[in-house]
Amino acid sequence: MSVKQKIDARGAYCPGPLMELIAALKLVQVGDEIEVWSSDKGSVSDIPQWVNKVHHEMVGITPQDGYWSIVVRKAK
Amino acid sequence: MAKKILIVGGGLAGTIVANGLCRQLRDEVSSGSVAMTMLGATETHMYQPGLLYVPFGRMRESELFRDQRRVLDRRVRFIVDPATHIDTDKKTVTTQAGKTHSYDFLVIATGSRIRPDNVPGMAEGAHWFYDLEGARKMRDALANFQGGKIVVNVNVPHKCPVAPLEITFMLRDYLAGKGVLDKTEITYTYPVGRLHTLEPVAKWAAPEFDRFGIKSEVFFNTKSVDPKAKTVTSEEGTTLGYDLLVAIPPHSGQQVIVDSNLGAGGWVPTERNTLLREGSSDVFVVGDTTNIPISKAGSTAHFEADTVVDNLASLLKEDRWARSYDGKVFCFVETGMNTGTYVWFNYTTPPNPGPPSQMVHWFKLAYNRLYWLSARGLL
Repeated sequence: MSVKQKIDARGAYCPGPLMELIAALKLVQVGDEIEVWSSDKGSVSDIPQWVNKVHHEMVGITPQDGYWSIVVRKAK
Repeated sequence: MAKKILIVGGGLAGTIVANGLCRQLRDEVSSGSVAMTMLGATETHMYQPGLLYVPFGRMRESELFRDQRRVLDRRVRFIVDPATHIDTDKKTVTTQAGKTHSYDFLVIATGSRIRPDNVPGMAEGAHWFYDLEGARKMRDALANFQGGKIVVNVNVPHKCPVAPLEITFMLRDYLAGKGVLDKTEITYTYPVGRLHTLEPVAKWAAPEFDRFGIKSEVFFNTKSVDPKAKTVTSEEGTTLGYDLLVAIPPHSGQQVIVDSNLGAGGWVPTERNTLLREGSSDVFVVGDTTNIPISKAGSTAHFEADTVVDNLASLLKEDRWARSYDGKVFCFVETGMNTGTYVWFNYTTPPNPGPPSQMVHWFKLAYNRLYWLSARGLL
């Protein structure tokens, strides 16, 4: 059964939402999902760009009140 | 019965907490109504940022160390016996020597460690400056370096977020001084799509790289190192050849955190304002070992520790909370052998580094000595 982990990276400038996601993906199993909360608009493009480069899966991006919820599935 | 405060970890965060509490709770500690114990892994306290200067011969090894008992308030019971298991249900910590310590309040300050073994080939093929042995080997390698390809390879996660840029600029200056810069090509790799995760720092660094002819490969997440072929390959499919590989290795938390089931990768789930372990009301977490998405840096450890000191002292003296941690981080950035800048931010204020200057570099050099006042809770 896949697990979903949440990273609340709102207001996180360093190392930032994408670096936190990259580190977290190393610790989960294939099939697990990570949900990143980011208040940085750049994450809406940065994260999918990297996910596609390394062939993980984008599950979805949902705008919330003052942040975005970005869900990624570990594919390999 | 004495209230027992147990601090696991003798690095900067744990040491500031111990010293700060002894100061704020001086009457209680003196009378014995509060007992302070620290479990550490070594007799000595190392100034980790000083390792940046060791490969270039700019600091002597002995300058990085002090006897931990001299750094700590004498009323702290300091025991060199690393923790092997933390039981937050039973409120006990078991050690390597088989002792068990109970607590009323626990402060987990176990820090982080480099894990070059997490990347195939890195331990054999790379140099680094993140521990003393690595810094020594890198110093020898640089002394013998007569030109060629250097790759500065940055991995995630790591402590000291600006160190990758610092080592790159300092390498450049060092090689120029050695007279081999014209025979050297430096390539810097970074995991995300710019030179640094902090956008203002990346924007500042880009023209500096151009000015110095430093090459870069962004979106480079290391998959493996081939020490025989002297290549480093990324998950994104890029392979770079090197004559000297300087890695900022990936880090993890300590094994005791994993073995105690306190957090995957050794990172303890921690509430970002109170610094309490998630689900606990008597366990604080400070420094690198939290899972808070914040820089793993000395200043973070320092400001977090100050917050825990205020809150724990306030709880014990006045049965109330004092304040929240606001996410403050402050980092010096060495931009060469004789210039520097700094960057600071918190949860609500973005970073905005100023232009490098000799004055800030000199201030950083001064802080290399003043650090011991911070560790003692005085600065």
